[in-house]
Amino acid sequence: MSVSYRKDMFWLAGLFIVLMLTPTILPNNYYLTIMILGCLHAMIAVGLCLLVGHAGQISLGHAGFYGLAAYTSAYLSTTWGLPVELSMLAGVVLTVVVSILVGMPSLKLKGHYLAMATLGFGIILSILFTETVDITGGPSGFVGIPRLSLAGFELHRDVDIFRVVAILLCLLVWLCFNVLHSRMGRALRALHTSDQAAQAMGIDVARHKLFVFVLSAGFAGLAGVLYAHYLTFIAPASFGFMFSVELMVMVVLGGMVSVPGAIIGAFFITILPELLRAFEDIEIILFGLILVVCMIFLPDGLAGGSARLWAWVKTKLALGCSRG
Amino acid sequence: MSFLTVIDFSSLLQYLITGLTLGSIYGMTALGFTIILNSTGVINFAQGEFVMLGGMMSVYFMTALGLTEPVAVVLAVLGTTVIGALVERLAIRPVRQSPAINLVIITIGVSILIRGLVMFFWGKDTHVLQSFSGDTPIMFLGAAIMPQALWVLGVSAFLLVGFKFFFSKTLHGKAMLACSFDVKAASLVGIGVERMVLLSFMISAFVGAVGGVILAPITMTSYDVGVLLGLKGFAACILGGLGNPFGAAAGGIVLGILESLGAGFISSAYKDALAFVILLILLFAKPSGLFGQKDSKRV
Amino acid sequence: MGNPIFSCEHIGVRFGGVQALSEVSFAAQQGAITSIIGPNGAGKTTFLNVISGMVTQDQGTLFFNNQDISQTKAHERAALGMLRTFQNLEIFSNMTVLENVAVGCHGRFTLPLWHNVLRTPSSRRLENLVHDQALAALDFVGMSTAASSLAKDLAFGQQRLLELARALAAKPRLLLLDEPAAGLNIAETKFLAELIMRIRDSYDLSVILVEHDMDLVMGISDAIMVLSFGQTISHGTPVQVQKDPRVIAAYLGTDD
Repeated sequence: MSVSYRKDMFWLAGLFIVLMLTPTILPNNYYLTIMILGCLHAMIAVGLCLLVGHAGQISLGHAGFYGLAAYTSAYLSTTWGLPVELSMLAGVVLTVVVSILVGMPSLKLKGHYLAMATLGFGIILSILFTETVDITGGPSGFVGIPRLSLAGFELHRDVDIFRVVAILLCLLVWLCFNVLHSRMGRALRALHTSDQAAQAMGIDVARHKLFVFVLSAGFAGLAGVLYAHYLTFIAPASFGFMFSVELMVMVVLGGMVSVPGAIIGAFFITILPELLRAFEDIEIILFGLILVVCMIFLPDGLAGGSARLWAWVKTKLALGCSRG
Repeated sequence: MSFLTVIDFSSLLQYLITGLTLGSIYGMTALGFTIILNSTGVINFAQGEFVMLGGMMSVYFMTALGLTEPVAVVLAVLGTTVIGALVERLAIRPVRQSPAINLVIITIGVSILIRGLVMFFWGKDTHVLQSFSGDTPIMFLGAAIMPQALWVLGVSAFLLVGFKFFFSKTLHGKAMLACSFDVKAASLVGIGVERMVLLSFMISAFVGAVGGVILAPITMTSYDVGVLLGLKGFAACILGGLGNPFGAAAGGIVLGILESLGAGFISSAYKDALAFVILLILLFAKPSGLFGQKDSKRV
Repeated sequence: MGNPIFSCEHIGVRFGGVQALSEVSFAAQQGAITSIIGPNGAGKTTFLNVISGMVTQDQGTLFFNNQDISQTKAHERAALGMLRTFQNLEIFSNMTVLENVAVGCHGRFTLPLWHNVLRTPSSRRLENLVHDQALAALDFVGMSTAASSLAKDLAFGQQRLLELARALAAKPRLLLLDEPAAGLNIAETKFLAELIMRIRDSYDLSVILVEHDMDLVMGISDAIMVLSFGQTISHGTPVQVQKDPRVIAAYLGTDD
């Protein structure tokens, strides 16, 4: 068990190094923006990976947590004039509290019912963001959000924000690895396979499910407040059902159970629209097509698909060698 | 917000009729969901797009091809049915054995794809479809009923009766029901499960398209009407008890009426949220729905 | 006679229109192997589910170690020292053998959940302890060599042993076995019988056994209770129960 923890720590170190080197490789602000968004999405994706891949639950409304935190922090820092750091903390805390309230009744449900409950919750929040114009600015969005600042220092440059976001992402990944290699990780995998047997072995299934749900909501909340103070502008369209779907796709593409996979999936889904932007009109068509094709041909995600590809390459090479 | 206004009968009747009309469409969408769910265990998130296609294709056939409305409408329904078959063949059949989450994402991908294609070919504008028998409202006890609303109610009722007959009297219908209860057993007694699945997608697409066609004159149609409609149809399924076709239809009507009353008496901006609030309350209180049976395991 | 490790009175369970259990009272003595037998549909598994907390009784009370557990949830009963196996294997197929057994230890130790998130020294110490206990349990049933295999790759008989090891890892006070011999051949059943007795002696625990295999039951039980159509029709030593005409009638029918 501690052997694979070490492996994961190596991977994490690698991720950290790659991220820290990124600004030097991609000095262009546009690419940096994409990387920041990718990191934010990855933050949500790794939490969702724990919830969906390991605990076997489903959430089609996680965009709601992302948006709730973003709007809360935006509102507190502008309309109420609170310092940014405090607003962000409040945003995350509120999201965590709401997730507890939503999670407790919802996680008693299973399968399609749980999907529908999280879906409903996400849509209700999305409608609230759009309709409460006095608070959120309505469909045209919330402007004038103060820039991200830490310990009083405002982070003007994108590259500084990127560093902060990247470090936080690595921190969250570390937390995820800790959970997975702990008895809680074991308990989650157990309850995923057999709710009954897990209960019989003394695992409080309800509490574990709620814990992971709230943890993943907290991750989404953290990403949300960072998003709000980075872009300094947020709009309801970013927090709707489509984004919740994208989040799920990130996890599924990552192979469901793999935290590194979820990160790769997150960056893939973040970068894809940018790549497709060249094909402006057919962007949506291509996105839908890619979704369908990936699910049909890569059912175990990009990692699984590349593993199978690698295995295929190896057999071909072996055949080649044995002939020669 | 007018809590203090005396609720007058004609307004109430108006809302009820609007609700019944909208609810019939929710019900038909929900019926489509249920048919596919019952034969494959898959929640087809593209169901709403079938409804959208019914309306949009009718508009296209009329404007671009200059066909008369009756012909355009029939072609649109047939066309959507074919698309339903294509979806099953190309996107669902190859991966029937996949885990549920993959199938959910595939149907979502299909819905995005269909939406994208419609947007690409026919643009983002909203279009109007001519009402079938004109726009003169019929006055009834103080409420104005659009003739199109009568079409909606009539066609929905006709379809519902037709389905009842189909599922209980015809061999194909009974075979589909058998598949929904136990796929293995059904195939063991010689029911071609693959054909049943194909048929279920075609029927669902048909039902969706009919709903879209009769609704389009009332609510107008555009490339993205399918999303919310599909989600509410899914909600109606749960309302009426997941897996129960007539519960689904009933759930749709209940949802439509509640939504219309809510929009009328409370606030029309939040009416979409209302549907989901009702849904959440129901899920937390009685997940098996208003008419649902005890939790039956899906194969 | 000794203290009953477990007892229950007037247990009633109703599923829809069916009265699965009615007025079932039962006691299992400390250190004894008590079996529950009965024809198919008698309610044996339902009764075991009531004891372990998977099913909530409509009437009646349950006591474990002199503590009233009538309202205690299933996972809490495990923490109190009541562990079980399942009739239809409920192993964690995608986890290794060792991990499966380690899960068995879960209920016996408490650690606030946040310790896991931060990988505190306490959580690491607990992990080492669990690791050792799991290995010990595997060793006892003779499966230490399979520790790193995936549970789903084991043969059926081995999977049954795995479930047993999993229930033992936490050093329970009471072991509930639900048809552990189902699907085992004669040699395996004999091995199982000896193993259960050895477990009872080495771990100093009590066993409640639901079984169909009469040789197994009559061979190792200290006491037997017979259920038929949800009611107790007999209880006593194996010899007494075998001779009881009501038991014979329940299994074989009566002459008309």
